[in-house]
This record gives sequence, structure tokens and C-alpha cells, in this order.
Amino acid sequence: MKTESQESISGANMARRSFLRYAGVGVASVGLLAAASCTKDHPVIVNPTKGIDIGATGDLAILNYAYALEQLEAAFYTQVVLTPYSGITDNEKALLTSIRDHEILHREFFKAALGANAIPALTVDFTSINFTNRAATLGAAKAFEDTGVKAYDGAGYLIGGGAYLTLAGKIVSVEARHAALISNLITPGSFAASDQVDANGLNLSASIADVLKIANTYLKTKVSASNYSYVAA
Amino acid sequence: MNLFNIIEEIEKIDPDFSDKVNPRRAAIKNITSFGSKVAMAAVPFALGTMIKRAVAQTSTPSVVDILNYALTLEFLEAKFYANAVDKAGFIPAAIHPYYQTIADDESKHVEFLIAVIKSVGGTPVTSPTFDFSAGGGTGKGPLGNSVYTDLATFQKVAVAFEDTGVRAYKGQAENILANKTAAGADLYKTVLTAALSIHAVEARHASATRQLIGVTPWIISTTAKGNDTGVSLVDGNYDGEQNVIQGGVDVTTLKNASGGSTSVSVATASFDEPLSMDAVLKLLVGSFIVK
Repeated sequence: MKTESQESISGANMARRSFLRYAGVGVASVGLLAAASCTKDHPVIVNPTKGIDIGATGDLAILNYAYALEQLEAAFYTQVVLTPYSGITDNEKALLTSIRDHEILHREFFKAALGANAIPALTVDFTSINFTNRAATLGAAKAFEDTGVKAYDGAGYLIGGGAYLTLAGKIVSVEARHAALISNLITPGSFAASDQVDANGLNLSASIADVLKIANTYLKTKVSASNYSYVAA
Repeated sequence: MNLFNIIEEIEKIDPDFSDKVNPRRAAIKNITSFGSKVAMAAVPFALGTMIKRAVAQTSTPSVVDILNYALTLEFLEAKFYANAVDKAGFIPAAIHPYYQTIADDESKHVEFLIAVIKSVGGTPVTSPTFDFSAGGGTGKGPLGNSVYTDLATFQKVAVAFEDTGVRAYKGQAENILANKTAAGADLYKTVLTAALSIHAVEARHASATRQLIGVTPWIISTTAKGNDTGVSLVDGNYDGEQNVIQGGVDVTTLKNASGGSTSVSVATASFDEPLSMDAVLKLLVGSFIVK
């Protein structure tokens, strides 16, 4: 079965305000990321035909870039858990459900922390993924995780704020844990194989342009980073 | 009045102010709780005290200091795994390739870091002496000789080393950032990206070593305890992993897949926590690393 699901992946149609009330998050406690732009507008460009742009260079753009990737991952695993591939074991299902939960929390975290500066919910397009097939699903999972790790590693140097850099670090190592697991599920022992780790023992990293090019193949709402040399085709 | 405008004002005087304050989670927490708890009139005074505390922090280590610290940890890991994979018959054939991969990565990290330190004009540290009984050189530490005679002990120590390694690298990201101006944009990009890339590989190792001992690839803490490995000897290595406040947000208040609030286990598994250089060295020097 190829899913036609193109749900709005920030899930809730809840207005941000009611979300915050629901979550019990006061303005002060979402302040860290929002604070960076308190007196500056962060123009996230929303163009109905061209999709969205992560906006002017700076930490908010990089955090929105991360938010876009987490939205994509969360939506992917939500679908994986909703329509498990045939022959899935209980152990695999439990692990994939945990990964879904982590990605949802990453997504919700960025959404709450970015507040009014967040890009909108993206609409995904997973028509190219055959969710009923184990190899196809885990192959896609590997691509998402490996890309996620490369994205965080490659964008770290663009982050200006120390607290944001550490936050990215807190998330990327969890993504790397996922990546290693998924890799081992596909080919036991491939958790740090040469397709992802170079001759010096370093994980590969990737530019925003390279990452968004891949991400956009799974997105109806195309994401651009025009100030980081990438505009979606 | 906007507290964050105050920070911007201070930054005009002290451009590094945010860097000095931001890393201190406690300080940030103080900022946010001030808004609700402290009368506005009292804020400038209270903030002043907080700033003094943040600025009084010891100076950040240099890039070479950080790289030598990383090299020290890599020496430890490389030797730890080399001893095991080279000992005939110790690691069963079915899982030997896993540890061989890790051993190879760690020795590559050693060589890479030595090369980077030399390339920036620094002097690489030489390998410390290790005591895998965790006895600080006595050879009679709590692990005795079990690390290389009892497979389960070796595997559990491997997990602790990997999870700690991830925390150690993460803990240096902000210190590398603090050297950005001194290092220049190109070198900064190279060093930070390399550190993040080794960090990710250590996390891959952590995931795999955890899978091999039958625990989840990610660290699931409880409110009371960071350590989920069941080995109380390494409680200190996991202390702080139970944190659920990220960027000022209590992430357990955020919604989960079914719209409810997020559990502590998901909240702690979703974010790995950093560990400072001091904390890591305190855990290792005098036990595994001989002074």
C-alpha cells in the first residue's frame, strides 16, 4: 500500500495560543528561543506557490531548518506506526514507536520554543514510500536519520548562540542513536559503516542546500533557504 | 519592560555576555522565573547579581586544550577496545565485528586529533597510563581484572564509556564556539564540524553497544536517576541525563503522539545531556586514567 496520507504534520490545528494554554507553557518559559528576536522581526517568508523560506540568516533560520526536518521525521514515523510493514516484530514496533515519540517531541519542542517565529506546519508527501514493505520502510528511515545527523553536523557552525548549539547537540546525538539502530536493523553491524563515517572516523556532514534538496522530495510544502544558497525548484 | 532587551543592552557593552550567560542553564532558568516571581522593580538588581556570577566563570579552554582533552578520551577508548578485540577468544565471533568497528574508529579518532592539533600549531598530549580495574593505577580497583575476563563487564564498561564520550563532546561545543573569534571563521568551522562529527560517531557507538547489552539505544532516565544501565558504579556518568528542561521549556508539558503530555522516559530519551570537562575528568582520572 502506498499511503496517500498528507496530513498536516504539526498535527494540531490548535491555534498556537490554545496550544500553549493546553501545554501549560507560559510566555516566560518559551522565552529562550523567542527571546532572540524579541525586538526584531524574523521574516519567515510564506509563499503559497513557492512554499516557505527559513528566512534571514541567523539562529532562528537554523532552528526553523531543524524544525522542518523534525516535522518530516515525526510525520514519517507516525505513518510507520500507523501502518506497520508486513512481518514487523514486536521489538521492531516498540523501537519504531519510541523513535516516533522522540521525533514528535523534537517537533513540539521547536514549535514551542520558536513560538511566533516558527515556520508553519509542513504538508508531507510520502507517496514514494511503500510502507507495507520492510526494506522500503527501513530504507527510508535510514535515509531520514542519516540525513538528519548530517544536517545537524553540517549546520552547527552556522549557529551563533551557545545555548542553541548545545541544544542542537542534545538532539543530534539522539538522531545518531536512531541512525545506528535503523542501520543495524537493515544490516547487522552497519551502525558506523563507510556510507556514513569517513576514513578519519568522522560522521559525514551536509550543507543546508543538500539536505533540503532531499527533504523536499518528501514535502508538498517546499522549504527554501534563500539566504543559505538554496531555493527549492 | 523586557528582560531580553536588558541582555541586548549588556551585549553592547560586553559582546560575549550571551555566551557567558546562555550556557548556564540555571542562569537562564533564573531569567525566566524572574518574570513571574520577582517584582519588576527588583529585577535589575537581581539580574546584576546573576551577571556577576556568570562573568566570574573561569575562562574557556583554548581550541588546543579542547582537542587535547578529546584526544585523552580517545586514547582511553582506543586502548580499552584494542585490548579486548585483540585478546583471542574473548569476544565471541558473532559480535566481534561490532567491537572491531568501534576499536578502529577510536584509533582513527586518535590519529585524526593528533593531526589536527599539530596542524593548528599545538602539541598533542601523549597517552596517559590506564587502569582498567578502575583503580587509578593500583590495578586493584572495583572491576578487578573482570573487564577482560568477563564479557558482560567489558560490554557494560563500553556502554558507559560511549555514553560518557557523547556527553563529553557535547559539553565542549560551546567552548569551541567561544574560541570562534580567536580561531577565525574557517578554522572554527573545521574544528566545530569535526567535533560534532566525532560526537555523532560516538553516539552511533553508544547506540550499538547499548543494543548489544539489551538496553534501548537511547538513555531512558527517571526523574530520580539518569543512569538506566543497571550498573550503579557508573551513576555519576549519567547524572544530569534526567533533565527535562530544554531551552527553558519543560518538555514533559509538550504533547505526545496521542495528544497527552510527554512522559519522563520519552522526554529524557529525546535529549542527551552534556557533561563539562571537569566533571568528565573527575569521573575518569584516578580510576581509569592514572594520574
